[in-house]
Amino acid sequence: MERPLTQHIRPDREPLTLREYEQVGGYQAARRALQAAPREVTEQVLKSNLRGRGGGGFLTGQKWSLVPPDDHNGPKYLVINADEMEPGTMKDRWLLEGQPHQLLEGVLLSAYAIQARVAYIFLRWDYKLAARRLQQALAEAYGQRLLGANILGTPFCLDVHVHTSAGRYMCGEETGLLNALEGRRPTPRSRPPFAVTCGLWGRPTAINNVETLCCVPHIVQRGGEWFRALSRSPDDGGTKIYGASGRLRKPGLWELPLGTTAREILMEHAGGLADGYRFRGLLPGGASTDFLVEQHLDVKLDFASVEKAGSRLGTGTMVVLDDRTCPVGLVLNLMQFFARESCGWCTPCREGLPWLARTLQALEDGLGTPADLDVLEAHVRAIRPGHTFCALAPGAMEPLGSALKYFRPDFERHVADRRCPWRAG
Amino acid sequence: MLTEQEQQAIAEELRHYPQPRAAVSEALKIVQRHRGWVSDESVRDIAAALSLTPDEVDSIATCYSMIFRRPVGRHVILLCDSVSCWIMGANPLQAQVGALLGIGPGETTADGRFTLLPCACLGACDRAPAMMIDDDLHVDLVPEKLGELLERYA
Ligand SMILES: Cc1cc2nc3c(=O)[nH]c(=O)nc-3n(C[C@H](O)[C@H](O)[C@H](O)COP(=O)(O)O)c2cc1C
Ligand code: SF4
Ligand code: FES
Repeated sequence: MERPLTQHIRPDREPLTLREYEQVGGYQAARRALQAAPREVTEQVLKSNLRGRGGGGFLTGQKWSLVPPDDHNGPKYLVINADEMEPGTMKDRWLLEGQPHQLLEGVLLSAYAIQARVAYIFLRWDYKLAARRLQQALAEAYGQRLLGANILGTPFCLDVHVHTSAGRYMCGEETGLLNALEGRRPTPRSRPPFAVTCGLWGRPTAINNVETLCCVPHIVQRGGEWFRALSRSPDDGGTKIYGASGRLRKPGLWELPLGTTAREILMEHAGGLADGYRFRGLLPGGASTDFLVEQHLDVKLDFASVEKAGSRLGTGTMVVLDDRTCPVGLVLNLMQFFARESCGWCTPCREGLPWLARTLQALEDGLGTPADLDVLEAHVRAIRPGHTFCALAPGAMEPLGSALKYFRPDFERHVADRRCPWRAG
Repeated sequence: MLTEQEQQAIAEELRHYPQPRAAVSEALKIVQRHRGWVSDESVRDIAAALSLTPDEVDSIATCYSMIFRRPVGRHVILLCDSVSCWIMGANPLQAQVGALLGIGPGETTADGRFTLLPCACLGACDRAPAMMIDDDLHVDLVPEKLGELLERYA
């Protein structure tokens, strides 16, 4: 099985130096691509069916095609979303710490494709090791003229900056991220205009996730069709970094063909549930995705199949619920996170999420009433895409709505027994 | 007053952006690195350095969880309270911090050694529960070994 993104990452994540990276074929794609037209990079990415790995699953080649090619009134920007604050998600850390040059080559190729002259890597505040390694790799790349002015003797110039955040989930939302980069509060911007035409400082900007960009050197090197065929699903190309956490024998991260089933990841790669624990459900791609349960274990984890099963692939790193963990408590934990991270811009989110957190807390404390379940349901119906400025609040409804669907008897028991059945005493 | 070192570090950051305002979060972090936290006076100084109003700077400072607008202890414990760590025992861990240090979330020990802050997912969910102490990530934590770990931070 091919694992282009992670095959050269060492078990201890000690990254390859520039020379070592070049010895395993690094920067060959860049050398070749910079001799050809920028459009050819985009063409290969279009052929590869690469979809964004940041959670939304937007076709990457399509996004780049929306960046106006003939706008020369100022710089165009590429922004790399390395904020990774979605609870349950730890995949970009692996790529950032283990193989920074792969990301930089992806940045170079992607910037070339859209003719961006400046790139910002927006890095999560607590990824200290990744920050050091990125700076080290940047220095090496500048030293060998792989970045900076007249890259590899061509007319193309690219400056790459690392911007470290200071801790806000909203900085990962793409327009919140743009505001944060400009030194404003990370509230979202209304769309249209979209970032591809009017983004950072009002200029055309493509925003992509770390894992998305790490795919690009391989797509350019081996061809879009090759990459597409790595997947087990016709509509999505490539491999995916899947992950699993919770009460498992071997929680971790694995690069696997897109479309690997939840069962394979859970049973083969994660080794199944830890001794004494039984499976009840999973959030397939971080905190803001709907639960999948036993009946969905054979669903292929690709964008279309997971959607058909009523959830979203999201970041592809699953959180597993076991039988000794209270589903109401779990949803409460998520709701507290979302309420805390709400930017406060729109009322349903600013007021609704704390109310939901309080209602769930009351259930957990044995103070819930049957009417509380209606309050929860009403919010799930009301807070949906289009009713809020960004996807944070609708995302928060996904685990709640699906928990009410699949674990309703557990909610009802909290009310009937006047206590959380999982709490001692 | 910003020290010369702080001013230099901020000037260095300005080179990365077409507008000074964009360096505001970096400036806040620079001051915090030198002084441990960001006082009202520092907010005014940063505002002056970046041609912003103090309110504008404070609006940024107060929205980020890692900018401290009050003094903190010599070491800051960031205890992940997000979902995977919660499943794997973040609560017993927090209870153990309380038992050992006598502090709850948001509090500082009387000797000024530790501040405990809950924080969102640290991106180490496969090795939960996790925490950071200052710049160091600690994973696979068990309450029984916490005392030993804290000993390393004088
Ligand atoms: C509240 C919120 C937080 C987000 N956080 C991240 C993040 O940390 N990293 C990321 O890549 N995308 C995040 N996204 C998705 C981005 O908005 C955007 O879709 C993505 O970066 C685009 O890159 P891609 O097309 O390569 O996936 C977040 C979205 C929302 C609504
Ligand atoms: S949904 Fe929440 S986070 Fe998003 S803009 Fe509205 S208040 Fe802010
Ligand atoms: S949930 Fe604690 S590190 Fe991710």
